Formats: sequence, structure tokens, C-alpha cells
Amino acid sequence: MSNSPLTPGIVAGRLAPAAIAENFADHEAPFDRHEARVAADRCYFCHDAPCMTACPTSIDIPLFIRQIATGTPDAAAKTILSQNILGGMCARVCPTETLCEEACVRETAEGKPVEIGRLQRFATDTLMAKGVHPFTRAAATGRKVAVVGAGPAGLACAHRLAMKGHDVVIFDARPKAGGLNEYGIASYKSTNDFAQAEVAWLMQIGGITLHHGKALGRDVHLADLQKDYDAVFLGMGLAGVNALRAGGEDKANVQDAVDFIATLRQTADKTTLPIGRDVVVIGGGMTAVDAAVQSKLLGAENVTIVYRRGQEKMSASGYEQEHATSAGMRIICNAAPVAVHGDGAVSEVEFAYTEDTAEGLKLTAQTFRLKADQVFKAIGQSLTGAPEGLRIDGGKIATDAAGRTTLAGVWAGGDCAMGGDDLTVTAVAQGRDAAEDIHAQLSARA
Amino acid sequence: MADLSSNFIGIKSPNPFWLASAPPTDKEYNVRRAFDAGWGGVVWKTLGSEGPPIVNVSGPRYGAIWGADRRLLGLNNIELITDRPLQVNLDEIRRVKKDYPDRAMIISLMVPCDEESWKDILHRIEDTGADGVELNFGCPHGMAERGMGSAVGQVPEYIEMVTAWVKHYSKMPCIVKLTPNVTSILPPAMAAKRGGADAVSLINTIKSVTNVDLDHFSPFPMIDGQGSHGGYCGPAVKPIALNMVGEIARHAETRGLPISGIGGVTTWRDAAEFLAMGAGNVQVCTAAMTYGFKIVQEMISGLSQYLDEKNMALKDLTGRAVPNFVEWQDLNLNYVTKAVINQDDCIKCGRCYAACEDTSHQAIAMSEDRTFTVKDDECVACNLCVNVCPVDNCITMKTLPLGAMDERTGRPVAPYANWQTHPNNPMSQAAE
Repeated sequence: MSNSPLTPGIVAGRLAPAAIAENFADHEAPFDRHEARVAADRCYFCHDAPCMTACPTSIDIPLFIRQIATGTPDAAAKTILSQNILGGMCARVCPTETLCEEACVRETAEGKPVEIGRLQRFATDTLMAKGVHPFTRAAATGRKVAVVGAGPAGLACAHRLAMKGHDVVIFDARPKAGGLNEYGIASYKSTNDFAQAEVAWLMQIGGITLHHGKALGRDVHLADLQKDYDAVFLGMGLAGVNALRAGGEDKANVQDAVDFIATLRQTADKTTLPIGRDVVVIGGGMTAVDAAVQSKLLGAENVTIVYRRGQEKMSASGYEQEHATSAGMRIICNAAPVAVHGDGAVSEVEFAYTEDTAEGLKLTAQTFRLKADQVFKAIGQSLTGAPEGLRIDGGKIATDAAGRTTLAGVWAGGDCAMGGDDLTVTAVAQGRDAAEDIHAQLSARA
Repeated sequence: MADLSSNFIGIKSPNPFWLASAPPTDKEYNVRRAFDAGWGGVVWKTLGSEGPPIVNVSGPRYGAIWGADRRLLGLNNIELITDRPLQVNLDEIRRVKKDYPDRAMIISLMVPCDEESWKDILHRIEDTGADGVELNFGCPHGMAERGMGSAVGQVPEYIEMVTAWVKHYSKMPCIVKLTPNVTSILPPAMAAKRGGADAVSLINTIKSVTNVDLDHFSPFPMIDGQGSHGGYCGPAVKPIALNMVGEIARHAETRGLPISGIGGVTTWRDAAEFLAMGAGNVQVCTAAMTYGFKIVQEMISGLSQYLDEKNMALKDLTGRAVPNFVEWQDLNLNYVTKAVINQDDCIKCGRCYAACEDTSHQAIAMSEDRTFTVKDDECVACNLCVNVCPVDNCITMKTLPLGAMDERTGRPVAPYANWQTHPNNPMSQAAE
């Protein structure tokens, strides 16, 4: 007999293959041409538009929407991509509800913003479907820049440098490029291998060499890069995962949510993925929500997100939280794990209610237990293996506004550097801006 | 529910909404559906002389312009008058009128500009039971090149002559349909009146090209790679039509001449505006061609509600705005208003600011936190901010009371005075 959501333990195929396929299809269908024209027509073409200010990459949103409205989505795409070369992925994964769409005056007016994210996807998809790369390289400068990490920050930096005529070599630790775009985004937000398609499209600029399986500190070393290249950009993200610091954390079936999400992304046939009947996700960010939602989509019967602070402090947006609860998840706030119980493998997690006080978060004496055959830890990632000589501030590489680290000739951006919100779009902005600063410095030196 | 029954030059209909002479009234099938849907009357699609039928193009007959969500705003056509045999039309008119005796049945006519042709056609339609005729002096395409339609409507002497023939050979009420393709609508209207017309109807369509196909470099509608001008109608032409109706309604020589208002009537409100500008009833075409005949139900309910709310009879609405339709020189130059932005309603889009700053009088201030306020010392009350604001009623115009200081001019608001007595006017009639 086949499995169902009620099958005990951790098993694959809790839902019929068709149901799983549907669950992991595009969760928001792309606009067709007419829908895009109608949605575009809602834009008021605001003066000094608030949406544009809210966008970390400062995309000229009113302009690109007007270009869609007038039947030139390719021009719209170029407007987007000239500010944000990963505009295609950002259109899918940006928390627009807390960025451009939250700032949209129609949100103020009627609680229904212009659908900027979906319009951006329409424009970028239209252009990319044609295989057109709208940028060309400037004359070769003879300069070489090393980029560590082929995630959003590294790719944005590399593309901008290549455009300026520099040669770029990217070193990435993983077998595939894309960083969290490839390994960290919920599957239903990036279907049809979009992350790889986007990298291939970006590489059309030329002048970028990509080395896979090369980790900083293991296969390549900062001192060598500084010696061999005119500049170095560090965008390797956060490889470490924070621990629960609760007894029994090492029991079987207590996993890192980021690994679960990465495995999901790398598994073409999701019916082969085992999932628990009772899943507990610990954390309050996007990773927690993505892990929880996808557990449910695989057929888990009960999925509970437990967050140690109040709901208003969850870094997952209200929209994401609603997505989770409407998909049948329970969110418990103000509770922290104190012990993982079970004979070899987890069977229950014990939580204590918390109190947010002026002196910090305090555990109360009141506890409760949740049945769990699978636990995902999503309480944040941390910087590991940062090279010697870099100042670390608050767990991140210290940089100035232009992305310069405390080492001359070394820039940093994305999740490993300070100043971002751990968003794809801010990583792109930091990579792009660092590239501009590197270019300015290299040009001044010439 | 207000009584909407209408009596236009003695022609009675249950409501003042008629379908204009056009494709919707081309044949029995359509007209029966229109009457079943509730239309008060129809002007049957224009009949021509006995003889070989008219030939139409077999490519696109219509071009259009659209607003958001492909909302049709303007329609252009190159269709000619009826292309069905005269006798078929006459038989159908007779049958329909017999079955719908309470509805107005008007026959639109267009024949060559000679007395015999008009005498002949009037004789042929005599026993159809129709309530009146409308002379199509309006169509600007196809027939005009053959000396009919707007070719007649552009020459007041011809209008007068043909109208006189029609009044001579027929006892039917006669409506003269005017073309807007003239520099002034008044001479044609006056000519119709001199010829004995019982009413005028206007406007017919406006010569137009809706767009150019940028791949084939041809005007649209495109017939085998070429295009000719068509006649423009629909919501986009309403402002032009309202002005022309009002001009006839207020002019000393044409005042009192009944008017059937035509031109972009799409809702009850449009109809009410035509009536207020002097029309006795309205004719509708494009709205029906866009949405079907059912729209008349909204027109009936809307106009009824409006009249009930105003406690007004239908006949009292006709012409209510005409006394207030004046020339520029009559406007009160001492009337001062200032734009006021309601901060509670403002959504901070900044369109008022962009419009005023870039294209007008730099009279709106923008603060760091996107608060937009009007500078009374700069505001000339042009109303552009009101028109570009996406929020209904967010920006309004406040009238300064008599004696209040106008911060822009530094002068208090004075009593009524117009250009005719203004000191800057060299022709001023001010008493010295």
C-alpha cells in the first residue's frame, strides 16, 4: 500500500505524484501579454516614485512599467537589468510586499499595489526567452578581478566588471553556480531550473571564467588572489548554520533547514523525497517558512513553526506567514527549544515559553512538547572561515558603503558582508556597487 | 421611477434613447432585438435610391482606439449606407413598426442631390408606417465622394434646398442630421431651419484615421495595404458633440430648434448632459456596438434616478445648462479659486507636483516626506492638478469669497467683471 500523510515516520511519496508535481509548480503563474498590459496600466507613473526608492537596486519601476504598457517589454527588461542583472530571479523571490509593492501608492490608496514583481518577471522572461543579452563589454582594460562566490553578489559584481572591460574569474565552492538562487530558494519560486538558465544568460556578456568546487581557504586563498589579481571581491555567503543549543540536538532526524531546501532544489523527482508525518521547524525567517511550506507540499500531516520571539519580530514577511498558515501550518511564537527527546531519533521537542524583557529573552518555567519525527533548524546562518586580516563586525565582514573591506584591494558584499538584509536583491546591489568602486579604483590607478 | 416617456417633434417613444442610424439598425433582426431590450426608438440605417445595391469593402470596416484594459474609447468606420435592396428594407420597416407601434421608427435617407431622387424615395417610404425621416447629410466617407452625405452637409445652401424638397413632398417630421466636418456648425443648422426642418440631429462622425500600421505603413482600417479616412465616433467625440449641440441651442437664430443629441453617449450621465445642453433626446450607436443592446437598461434606470433625485421632469432637463453656456468674454475674471489638497485622501503619488512643476505654475510644494501642498501665492487655479490626480475628489478648488485676499495678485476678490469691461481690453466698454 502506498504512503499517505498519516504514514508514521519519515517516508517518501505521501502524496500522489500528480499532487506533488502540482504543489511544486510555479506558485504564481506568469502574466500573459494582456494581463501584463492591464496590470501595467494601473501604474500612476509617480513623481520620484516611492517604489523606486524602496527597491534596494533602485530599478526605475515607473519607466519599465510604462515600457510594458506601450508594448516594449524588451526595453522594460533592459531598464530592469541595467540596475539589477538578476532582475529575473528577484522578480520571483523578492519580498515585494515589504519593498516596492509596500511603497506603491495604490497600496496606500486601495490596499492593492501594482503587481510590480510579476510585471518585472513578464519583462525579464520575455527578453530572456529570446536569448537576447542586451549588454556589451567595453574595450578590454587588461585588468583581472577575482570574485569568490557565484551567488547573487558575486554574479552581479562579475557582470558589472565584465561590462566595464575587466576580466573576471569566479571561484565557487559548490558544483553549480547561483549560490542561494540555486540552493536556497523554495522550489516553487524558481521552477524549470531558472537559476541555471539565468546564470547561463548572464555569462553571455563574456569575459567571465567560472571555477566550480573551489572553496576559499581550502582550494583558493585570499593572499594568493590578492597577489594574482588586481582586485578581489568576496561574496561567499554564510556557510555555517547556527545551533539550537538545546539538549539532544544531535539526535537523528534533526537537520538544518538549508540542507533540506537545497536537497529539494537538487531533486528533480520530488516523489522520492522522504518527509516526516509530524514536522517541527524552529526559526522565524524565510528559511523557516520555505522549509515548513515545502514539508507540507511533500505531504507532511502536521507542520509547526516555532519562533522564540513575538510574531511581529519574525523576519518572514506577513505575506509569507500568511502563505504558511493558509497552507495549513501552525505558527507558535514566544517559545524556544530546551530539549530534543527521543530514543536515537527525535520523537518530541520540548519548548519553554519565553518573555521578551529589557534584559533580553528569558525562558519561563512553562513548557510544552510537540510530537516530531523530523525537526528542521532554521535559526540563522553564520560566517565561517573568513580569511585572516579582515575585520569582522557583528558576525559579518566589515565594509564601507562602497563594499571596501579593511584590506586594501579586497571588497565584500552579499550575506557575508555587513549592511544587507540577507536578501537576493540587496546582495545584487552590493555586488554591483562594489564593482563600480573597483572599476573607479582600477581606472584611477591606470 | 421618473416618467421617461418622450415626445420629440411629435414622435412619441417610451424613453428618449434611440439607436442612431448605423449597423445596429440595418435590419429587422437587429431592430427587433433592440426594441425587446428596451430602446425607445431607432433611426433605420440609411436607405439609398432604388437601383443596384451599395457595395462595401470586405476587409476591416472599423478602426479603434482603446484605454486601459482595451476599453474602447473611439471607433472609426468606413462602412457605407445600407447595402441591402431597398424593397427588403421597406418591407422589414413596415413589419417591425406594426409589431412595435409604441416605438419611434425613423428612416434615414441619402439619395443624390436632385429633386426627383428625393421625391421618389419619399414616395416609396410613405406606407411603411414610419414616424419620420432623418436626412443623412453627415457621413464623411465613401458617399461624400459621390456628392452625398457630408458633401451636402458642408454646403448650407444644399441643406436648405433638400430640406425644403423633403418638406414639400412629405408630411413626415423631418430631422436633418448634421456633419461636424465644418468650421462652424451654425450655418448648416440655420440652413436646416430655413429649409423647414423640424429638428436637427448631431453629430455625425468626424473624418479620421485612428492609427497607422507601423509594419505596413498604412492608415487603419487597412484594406489590402491601403487605408482611407473613416468616420470617428464613440466616447472620444462626446466633448466635440456637446459643444456643437450647445452652440445651436443657445444661438439666437437657432434657439428652440429641436435637437437630437448624438456623439459618444455611453451612459445615462452622458445622455443627461446632452439633454441639459439642449437636446430633446439622444441617439446611441457606439456604446451599443461595444456592449450590446442591454446597456439601455442602465441608461433608463440611471436617468430615472437622476430625475427623481432632482425632482425634475424629463422635459425640464432639456436645455437647463444652455443659459450658462456663454462665450469666454462673458466669464467672471474676478472669480478666484485655489486648489486644495486633502491630505487624508492624498496617496502621495506626486502627479500633481510633476504636472504643476514641469508644465504649469510651480504652485505645489513637495516636502521630504512627500507631503504635497498648494502655494496659494502661485496657484492660478488652472485645475490641472485636479485632472491628473488619480484620487477622486482629493484635490478640489476652493472659491475665495468676495473681499478675501488673493495671495497671488495681492488684491482682494472683487465683484463680477468680465473682459468686455476689463482695463486691459483696448475694446473695453468701461464707463470713463
